[in-house]
Amino acid sequence: MTVDVVVTGLGATTPLGGDVASTWDAMLAGRSGISALTEEWAAQLPVRIAGHLAVEPTIDRVQARRMDRSEQVAVVAARQAWADAGLADAGLDPERLGVIVGSGIGGATTLLNQDDVLEASGPRRVSPHTIPMLMPNGPAAWIGLELKAKAGVHAPTSACATGAESIAWALDMIRSGRADVVVAGGTESVIHPLPIAAFASMRAMSTRNDEPEKASRPFDKGRDGFVLGEGAGVIVLERADSARARGAKVYARLAGAGMTSDGFDIVQPDPEGNGATRAISLALKDSGIARSDVVHVNAHATSTPVGDMAEIVSLHKALGDHPVVTSTKSMTGHLLGAAGAIESIATILAVHHGVVPPTINLDDPDERVDLDVAAHKARHMEIPAALNNSFGFGGHNAALVFARA
Amino acid sequence: MTRDEIVAGLAEILEEVAGVNPDDVTEEKSFTEDLDVDSLSMVEVVVAAEEKFGVKIPDDEVQNLKTVGDAVSYISKAQA
Repeated sequence: MTVDVVVTGLGATTPLGGDVASTWDAMLAGRSGISALTEEWAAQLPVRIAGHLAVEPTIDRVQARRMDRSEQVAVVAARQAWADAGLADAGLDPERLGVIVGSGIGGATTLLNQDDVLEASGPRRVSPHTIPMLMPNGPAAWIGLELKAKAGVHAPTSACATGAESIAWALDMIRSGRADVVVAGGTESVIHPLPIAAFASMRAMSTRNDEPEKASRPFDKGRDGFVLGEGAGVIVLERADSARARGAKVYARLAGAGMTSDGFDIVQPDPEGNGATRAISLALKDSGIARSDVVHVNAHATSTPVGDMAEIVSLHKALGDHPVVTSTKSMTGHLLGAAGAIESIATILAVHHGVVPPTINLDDPDERVDLDVAAHKARHMEIPAALNNSFGFGGHNAALVFARA
Repeated sequence: MTRDEIVAGLAEILEEVAGVNPDDVTEEKSFTEDLDVDSLSMVEVVVAAEEKFGVKIPDDEVQNLKTVGDAVSYISKAQA
C-alpha cells in the first residue's frame, strides 16, 4: 500500500512578499513583483527588468558572509516552513528527517564576485568560503545543518524544473520509507549582469524594459520572453498518518508526481510537448485521481512564445479541455530553480482555499490558447485536485498533483 | 605599533569576520578554543591581518598562532 504524503508547512520569500501570506495576498490581488533594474551595471544590458526580493533575507550578519544569496533565501524559506509545520518540538528523530532543495544555477553570483576578487587582488584574497557558497548543494546543506536532518540531504538540478523535481523526489523518499518528513523546495538568486546577459543572448528574456510590470505576460500575444525573479520556496512533506497522529494542520495531499525527459534538444521544448504530456499523464496515474477532478493547473508558462504553446498542447493531450489554467509567473517572474516550489505553494493554497490566482497582463490572448485561463482576476471555485507543471532546459519535465486532504 | 594596538586591530577583524565580541579579545585567548574561530574563518583573519598590519604570515606560521598573544608577538616582530 502506498504511503499517503501531506503538506504541513509552507515557506517562501519572493518578489511579491517576504513570506507565504504576503506572497499569496499579492497573487490574489494580481500585483506584479517586477521592476526596473536601477543598478549601474544594468544600463548596458538589453534586459533591464527583474523581480527582486520584496524583503531582504534576514540572516545573521556573520552567517550571511558565508552564504550565497541563494542559500540565504533558501534558509529563510525553510525556517518559515519548519515553524509553520510545528515540528520543532514534535520529537522527530533526525535520522527520519530529509532535505531535498535544489537550484537551477547555484552560487553563480558568488563565483562571479570571487572572480572579480581574483582579478583585482590575487588568489590569496579569494574567500575560503567560496566553494561552500557556490556549490549547488549548498542551500540544501545549510538547511540540513540548521534542522539537523540526518536521513539525507539532496540537491536535484534540472534547471527550471528543479523546485518541482525536488518535491517529486521528496515524495519518493517518504513513500520508499527512507524518511518520515522531508523539507523540499527550490531556490535561486542570480540577478547579476552575467546570467542576465547570457539568458538575453539566448533571446529567452523579455525586453519590455519600459513597462516592467507588464513584461511577464504568459499566453498573451505580446509575450516576448521570461522575466528573471529571485527567491525561494520550501514545503514540509510528511507521512499522512504521523501528521494526523500529532494533530498537524494539513494544507493538501501530494497525491502524485511524474518526471520525464524529452530527449529532443538541450534548450528548446519539444513543440509537440511529448515529454511534458507523459509527465502529466504519469503524475495523474500515480495520483489515482480522475482527470475530471483535476480542475486547475498552475502552468509552467514562462511567457516565451514557444514554451507557452507547447504546454497548452500537452495539457489538452494529458488532461483535457476542462481545467482552469493560470501562470503565477505573470506576477513573480521566473524564479528558475525556485519556480516549481513557489508554484507548488500557489497550487497547494489554491486547493486549500478554493481559489485560482490570476494570470495578469493577459490582455490579448494568443488565439491558439484554447483553455480557460484565469485572466486578470482570481477565480473562486471548488478544487478537489490541481496540477503544477515545471519544465527545464535540458528537457526535464516534472508534474505534481496536489489534492484536498 | 604597541601590543594593545595590535590586539585592538585583531579584535576589529575578528568581529567583522567571525562575529567575536571585541571585549572578549585578549592576549591569553585561544582562537579556536575560546573565540570559536573555525579553520576557514581563521584563513580570513590571517589574510585580513596581513593587509591591516602590512606583514606576511605564511601558512606554516599560522598553526603556531594558537592565541591572540601568539599573533600579536608574530605581527609585532614582523613589523620591526
